[in-house]
Amino acid sequence: MDRQDRLVELRNVSRWYGNVVAVNDVTMTLGAGVTGLLGPNGAGKTTLLHMMAGFLAPSQGTLTVAGVPAWRNPEVYREIGLVSEREAVHGFLSAWEFVLASAKLHRLPDPAGAARRAIALVEMEEAQYRRIETFSKGMRQRTRVAAALVHDPSILLLDEPFNGMDPRQRIHMMDLLHRMGREGRTVLFSSHILEEVEQVSGTVQVMVAGRLAASGDYRSIRRLMTHRPHVFAIHSTDDRRLAIALMHEESVNGIDVEKSGLAVRAGDYGAFTRALPKIALREGVRVRRLTPSDESLESVFSYLIAGVQ
Amino acid sequence: MNLTVARITARALLGRRRFLLLVPLPILVIGLTILAKAVAPDSADQWGLAIINGLGIHVLLPIVALIVGTAVLGAEIDDGTIVHILAKPLHRREIILAKLAVAVAVTVVVSAVPMFIAGAVAVSPRYGLGLVVGCVIGSLAYCSFFVLLSLLTRRPVLLGLLYVLLWESLLTNLLSSTRVLSVAHYSIAVAESVGGSPHLLTTRVSVPLALVMTGVFTLVGTLLAIDRLRSFTLTGETS
Repeated sequence: MDRQDRLVELRNVSRWYGNVVAVNDVTMTLGAGVTGLLGPNGAGKTTLLHMMAGFLAPSQGTLTVAGVPAWRNPEVYREIGLVSEREAVHGFLSAWEFVLASAKLHRLPDPAGAARRAIALVEMEEAQYRRIETFSKGMRQRTRVAAALVHDPSILLLDEPFNGMDPRQRIHMMDLLHRMGREGRTVLFSSHILEEVEQVSGTVQVMVAGRLAASGDYRSIRRLMTHRPHVFAIHSTDDRRLAIALMHEESVNGIDVEKSGLAVRAGDYGAFTRALPKIALREGVRVRRLTPSDESLESVFSYLIAGVQ
Repeated sequence: MNLTVARITARALLGRRRFLLLVPLPILVIGLTILAKAVAPDSADQWGLAIINGLGIHVLLPIVALIVGTAVLGAEIDDGTIVHILAKPLHRREIILAKLAVAVAVTVVVSAVPMFIAGAVAVSPRYGLGLVVGCVIGSLAYCSFFVLLSLLTRRPVLLGLLYVLLWESLLTNLLSSTRVLSVAHYSIAVAESVGGSPHLLTTRVSVPLALVMTGVFTLVGTLLAIDRLRSFTLTGETS
């Protein structure tokens, strides 16, 4: 595999729809290894991935995959494996038929062998002869990943690949992406969840409002965020009791008791999420809902841009 | 033509509930023909015109082609499954030709069988054969046009229906010059010629013109569809 075959290069790429700018002057080069494309909803991640996958023309700038333009060039799919965000598979096919069809469409010399290998990679052997329409969302996702990997691509593009997966499937998918990266492939996956990116990729490209806000090693970006306040929405069997107990926790900066539950501002994400189960157990309180609030996610990126700039 | 694409397309088409819409019309054509033959065996030229021309050529053939032609590609664009096929190193020509072949084959089978029975019962087996050839001509032109429509607009069925109902059924009856752009009249011209022309159906379009225009519809529709598919854009949520 030539180094050039694994490169995705964007030079001053912009994409707009009428007056709306979805991607604004993005320049980046992706090489071997796993890269996380991080950003809140509406940041332009999917638009960027669609352009890399040859399904959208840049309004401005140049974009090449393996040295050639991706737009109107089906030959790039010899190098690209794509798992798009939209869950679109032919439900009437079995997983085996779906992956085998992909192998045949790639005109592989041994399509059955390639399909078997790809299905084994995502551990779908047991369910491979079932119709895809009977699968859970996670199983469908793994089947789509198998179809994307069947031709052994040097570049793998995945849009929100962990959506709908249970914890075990997520770990398996993360291992798979790690392995792909170690084997020298260029793996790019998008996510709006910081922890997913942290666990999978060494390199991060952060997009906010269509612009590339930060780029580089995850740890350096993470450092910027360590002391950023996180807001969690918590609902439990006894919110007041839990609030009192949490006030003694060092990682908690403040708590608002609201009708719908607690809004907890934590100074250290990791310390707080580790401490909460212990505190709840000690107090005999059952946590029914724990969600990082969406606003907090937006604030992460705002904070990040401010930090990087 | 790519056989894998054709196989997936055929299974998707025949497995959709929409395909059940194709069942009533052929049954209606066959049933009415048998009934009319039993009730009035000597006036085939009267009921034959109504069934074969009015129902068969002007309703059954275009409606079947519309349902099938817009489904082979349009339905996959709507549900997003087209990406699975497009993200492969296939020339877009292969994809369009495979989809078109399935659309034409299904349209011919669904429309030509009842038309042959109607023609054979009403007039003669040769006339039935003429109608089969007419259906092949019509299927080619209609399907190319409707496949293209599904790439040009998000409402191909509505636009296709407007063409069939307004242009073919209304305008061509009011303004005879518009028949030169009517697929139904190409089908009639060829069917009459092959079937021995008992003048059940009438058209001013000559056979050579019908053949040339069918070729133009098919070729232009196919080439434009290939070009449009090359520029297929994934839209949807931009996150």
